[in-house]
Amino acid sequence: MRESAGRFTLAIAQISTRLGDVQGNLEKHLALARQARASGADLIQFPELSLTGYALQDLTPTVALRPNTKDPVFRHLLQASRGIDLIAGFVEADARSRFFIAAAYLSRGELVHIHRKVYLPTYGLFDEGRFFAWGDSVRAFDTRFGRVGMLICEDFWHASPPYLLWLDGADLLYFASASPGRGLSADPRLASASWVEHINQAYASLFTVFVAHANRVGFEDGLNFWGGSTVFDPDGRRVAQSPYHQEAVTLAELDLAQLSRTRTRLPLLRDERTALTLRELLRMQASGAGQAGGKEGGHD
Amino acid sequence: MTEPAPDLTINTDLARQILVEFLRTEIQRAGFSHGVIGLSGGVDSALACYLAAEALGPENVLAVRMPYKTSAPESYEHAELVVRATGVQEKTLPVTPMADALFELVPDAGSIRRGNVLARLRMILLYDQSAEFQGLVVGTGNKTEILLGYTTLYGDSACALNPLGDLYKTQIRQLARAVGVPEVILAKPPSADLWAGQTDEGELGFTYEQVDRLLLLLVDGRYSPQACVEAGFSAKLVEQVIERIRRNQYKRLPPPIAKLSNRTIGYDFLYLRDWGT
Repeated sequence: MRESAGRFTLAIAQISTRLGDVQGNLEKHLALARQARASGADLIQFPELSLTGYALQDLTPTVALRPNTKDPVFRHLLQASRGIDLIAGFVEADARSRFFIAAAYLSRGELVHIHRKVYLPTYGLFDEGRFFAWGDSVRAFDTRFGRVGMLICEDFWHASPPYLLWLDGADLLYFASASPGRGLSADPRLASASWVEHINQAYASLFTVFVAHANRVGFEDGLNFWGGSTVFDPDGRRVAQSPYHQEAVTLAELDLAQLSRTRTRLPLLRDERTALTLRELLRMQASGAGQAGGKEGGHD
Repeated sequence: MTEPAPDLTINTDLARQILVEFLRTEIQRAGFSHGVIGLSGGVDSALACYLAAEALGPENVLAVRMPYKTSAPESYEHAELVVRATGVQEKTLPVTPMADALFELVPDAGSIRRGNVLARLRMILLYDQSAEFQGLVVGTGNKTEILLGYTTLYGDSACALNPLGDLYKTQIRQLARAVGVPEVILAKPPSADLWAGQTDEGELGFTYEQVDRLLLLLVDGRYSPQACVEAGFSAKLVEQVIERIRRNQYKRLPPPIAKLSNRTIGYDFLYLRDWGT
């Protein structure tokens, strides 16, 4: 561990999953966590729903977990996290049988944080709102390697969750996706891949933070997941890139001192006018103008 | 009429990579390692054969030629070119005896009925070879014909999986050229070859290049019919194509099951084919 030096090594595990086979996927997580640790990684990040597969439909209740030491799956993951911090994607069942698309951050045998997906795409080829409940909080949290935030796929297709995490103190954003490839054109990348890389680079640049994106690969029926996981630094530079459409574990050494260097040059965080933003949002909500609060009634 | 040129160009390297991996992965997940393809001598099945050979290895692909006595001789020869170029296994099972036995019972059947019979008899032969060869039937239908319903239900549309169904005919030609399908196959007019002189474009009443550009706007671009006309397509063509798409929706879906219970297959019993794999 080199946490005192402000540097650490992130491993992005760009995997394919078996649909509904939690045990099979768990074994892959544990094997890759061991491998990443042996390679010197301090944190391994898995994609969205990495323990279950993506298009679960009616499998959802059968793969749902309660993230605690009594759970046979989490018991193994928590044990693995004694050697390497770990971000995994799963279906969380709450005590009242609501199911969430969730990401867990585990470290030193403890559950540090859970993020429940707050935006469930239910349009086009997506049908998440049919099977899952909407998460209702976006919080940054402290880790051994800085204050961070986690978001899941559609969460960062909206600008507000990354913005909230930034204001809540996150210096590193961990994004997880199971992004189906679509939009074949003359371009060497699919339109979905171009879009996601474009906005991740933009978030890193606009918020002067690290943005790590773990996307999965493989197929589910006719859907292809395109991979292409990336890490952008606070200057918006691409410091790691996984291949497209292939399983890979990609290592990236992150120098947290870059946060300070970038923000000295470009004090966007210092100058961010949160009170102004809040005042204007409240005004719009009070007057019913625009979309401020428009979706709240539906999901809160 | 000035028509727009919405861009149907695809990156053929990327398409090839995804489709080859799709065939390999999905066939293996279903528990198989072999594929079976009805090879007509046309561009669609030629392309599917090249992709399957690359995905599974040519020794694991069986191309089946199923000529009828009126099939154009060059169809057979063009299929032979594909077999030689890809190195896949090949079998020829003429459909003539089966078809003629049936036509004797229904001598008044017209060309559409006869065409559908040939397509369905070929399906029977392919699925029988699927059992013999322990391979999945790889579909060859493209997006244009699926949308227009220019296909025989339970005939040429029957397959275990389809690598080509999200590519318009114009894009099939691009990809086929890129993977090395012989020029003579690319150059000839597309035909179901169900009777002498039949061509797709003759039967449909428009060209694939024309209709593919319109479909790209209508289906992928979500243009309204009016916007397509404003973009330069004739109102008659737009109306005709929209009506074909609507009228043929039944060919794209499994038959409706009358719902009675609390949980009904097709409505609220929802699992992917890849369930558990």
